[in-house]
Amino acid sequence: MEDAVALEQVVRKLADTQRLAVLCTDERGSPYASLIAFAAAPDLKTLVFATPRPTRKYANLSGNPRVSLLLDNRSNREEDFAEAAAATILGNAREVAGEERESCLALLLGKHPSLSSFARSPNSAVFRVEVEAYYVVNRFQSVSELHVRR
Amino acid sequence: MTVLLSIEGTGAADRSLVGGKAAALSLLRSNGFPVPRALCVTTRAYRRFVEAAGLPAAIARELGRKRFEDMRWEEIWDAALRIRGLFDRAGWPADLREELGDGFRRVFGDRPVAVRSSAPGEDGAKASFAGLHESFLNVKGPSAALDRVRLVFASLWSDRALLYRKELGLDPSGSGMAALVQEMVPAERSGIVFGVSPSDPDCAVVEAVWGLNEGLVDGTVEPDRWTLLRETGAVLSRHAPVRRKWVVPAASGTGVADLPEELAGRPPISGEEASSVFRTALAAESAFGAPQDMEWSFAGGALLVLQSRPVTTRSKPGGGDDRAWYLGLRRSHASLVTLRDRVARELLPEMDREAREMESLDLERLPDADLEEEIRKREEAVRKWEGIYRSDFIPLAHGVRLFGQFYNDALAPEDPFEFTRLLSGTGMLSLERNARFADLAQRLRADPALAETVRRDGKGDADFERRIDGLFREYGNLFGSSGSRAGRRGVSRLLLEMSGRPKGVDAMAGRDAGALRERFLSRFDGDARAFAAELLDLARDCYRLRDDDNIFLGRLQSARDLSLEERARRAEGRDPAEAAPRGGETSVEKLNDASGTAPEPKPPLLETPSFLQRDRQLVGHPAGPGYARGRARVVRKDEDRFSLRAGEILVCDAVDPNMTFVVPLAGGIVERRGGMLIHGAIIAREYGVPCVTGVPDAVHRIRTGDMLSVDGYLGIVTREEG
Repeated sequence: MEDAVALEQVVRKLADTQRLAVLCTDERGSPYASLIAFAAAPDLKTLVFATPRPTRKYANLSGNPRVSLLLDNRSNREEDFAEAAAATILGNAREVAGEERESCLALLLGKHPSLSSFARSPNSAVFRVEVEAYYVVNRFQSVSELHVRR
Repeated sequence: MTVLLSIEGTGAADRSLVGGKAAALSLLRSNGFPVPRALCVTTRAYRRFVEAAGLPAAIARELGRKRFEDMRWEEIWDAALRIRGLFDRAGWPADLREELGDGFRRVFGDRPVAVRSSAPGEDGAKASFAGLHESFLNVKGPSAALDRVRLVFASLWSDRALLYRKELGLDPSGSGMAALVQEMVPAERSGIVFGVSPSDPDCAVVEAVWGLNEGLVDGTVEPDRWTLLRETGAVLSRHAPVRRKWVVPAASGTGVADLPEELAGRPPISGEEASSVFRTALAAESAFGAPQDMEWSFAGGALLVLQSRPVTTRSKPGGGDDRAWYLGLRRSHASLVTLRDRVARELLPEMDREAREMESLDLERLPDADLEEEIRKREEAVRKWEGIYRSDFIPLAHGVRLFGQFYNDALAPEDPFEFTRLLSGTGMLSLERNARFADLAQRLRADPALAETVRRDGKGDADFERRIDGLFREYGNLFGSSGSRAGRRGVSRLLLEMSGRPKGVDAMAGRDAGALRERFLSRFDGDARAFAAELLDLARDCYRLRDDDNIFLGRLQSARDLSLEERARRAEGRDPAEAAPRGGETSVEKLNDASGTAPEPKPPLLETPSFLQRDRQLVGHPAGPGYARGRARVVRKDEDRFSLRAGEILVCDAVDPNMTFVVPLAGGIVERRGGMLIHGAIIAREYGVPCVTGVPDAVHRIRTGDMLSVDGYLGIVTREEG
């Protein structure tokens, strides 16, 4: 079983290699899942993503900033049961503006340069997620939590 | 796709297709050496078999539960048994079965065959896998041969093979397995020749036994041995053992039998025949370009070569090479029977005698000099018996393993550990002791006044105290101490705790063992049934003895500790009853961990500059079925054991065999040491307490007071919030 250093590496690898994550928001008391392109800050304490404003997730986030995200490296093969790793992320999402929006966009587009026109569109909102914890699952059923030190 | 090749045609074939053994025999045959007729089931057949049954992913999941380096050998054995169970239950794809079966029938008809492993990468010059995989002799009929081929495939994943490959840095998931199906040679005499002696490059060695080679290869039969000078072939020396046994064909498979008297008096081969074996090895050496290690047989007066591989830097006559440790992981049935008899009839009674002698001595009345002599004697005795514990008692577990594998191969049960249910109710001493503990608790339960006295004074009435004395005397070492006041207080506290919960935690004592035994035996007829019953009895004996040995060793350790306590008391001029309890330097628990492949566990680092780790769900092995929820009681030091409250989850590094009387008090058990057959697991199953073993760093990752759920079906421990 991993220690904290190894677990942090598992998370870092997921954050670096995965392009997409599942984002869960609160739709008037019901869970709502969407697929998003994301990027993580080097310290893994912040994630960023962009969304057009007329979306359900945008409306949901306006009502409740609590989010959960799922990052994983499954390959849709039987081997995933033994080999895949996943991290459930808990945190708060907040739309950013001004300079903060620019720095978040730089982080996001550094990883996804092809999304430039989508993310920079005036009607796209840029969100910053302050991560509280990663719940890391690997070896099928081994689960450890990493709580962010603030 | 080529799944079956004739040995004549395999010479040119890729070794990765036919494996080392088949390639070598093919080369010998094409060079005119006398080799038995044979077919090779190729690694393509292996691939098709495992892929059709979805085995690669299942194997990856089994081996991926934990990091390989976190697994002790016992856990690797368990994993290997589960994997073998997957092979036992996997069927042949119909077309493959037909193709192979037709091929066997065409070449061998109904004549018996030998089925041998032929692994790619096996028997190269650097590494020898000799004996690490399975071989089966005297297999009758195509259907039985297919069953054996399947087990040869499974042996790619045996504990021994997994460990040996790991040491060599090989990854078994990338490799496959081929099998050689050879016409069975009705050998009158057999043996091995080392074209060059690994201990002397100028010499060669020929070893020979009566009957089949199997007994020589697995060490059951000691061979006659000739050492010859390579240059001239002259015999330099000859060693003749006391010849007692031989291996001969049975109705199916082989059996060890007493060697008939007229054969025991003479060597299996003459000096001239030894020279002819050596000359054959030399000829093979020029064919291969390297000295060979060959198995051979004489049948009808003619010499046949059964297999040949390069002599490696690791080989040694007598099988005593670097593989010896791995090979020793599997003991033959015959050697286990001998071991069982020795432990039951000689060793344990002798321990009992020594312990009795020590226990009858009144230490307080010994003059100082005599006490010193007594201490020296007891320390020496404990050292001696701890050595025997390692060399003779721990290997008893192989009797249980042998049966487990046999049971699974015969019944292919869904639960690969179903066989352990046939092992309960053997009358283990520890359960007897625990029952007497429970009786004392029952007295307290029935007599509140007595319970109050014990609670207040730390002791009960004279009769109650006499019974506690009896427990210490007969079972020794109850708390790593031996009847001193602190130890007695601990016992009293536990008894009070046990009396506070309702009765009804008796050991299950083999509830369904009788019915399972019948179901198991009903699969066999005649000799096979007798053999199955014998294996089961051997396993039950080994299971019981392997637990009883702890009680006997505990008594000796306890006697030693008492003498040391007496010395300390004299030095401090204290009252005898106030002597400080002494813990043994080597607990029985530590002795049991000696074979572990994992290093002494260090506490894991549970934080980084950015994160704090909290483990939520810990994966181990499902060692005792059931589900329990309760507060954790983490036992890190001996004293912590006294604190266990009824219903709490006992979390420990390993349940000390001499401490298992606390088990009925626990709601569940979580252990760092892994394995299905370790004491904690055995006792937990006897009492029906849910148990998960092999949880890495359990005592560091779980804290006393954590709310835990213990899933003994899946082998998962969950720490709940808060």
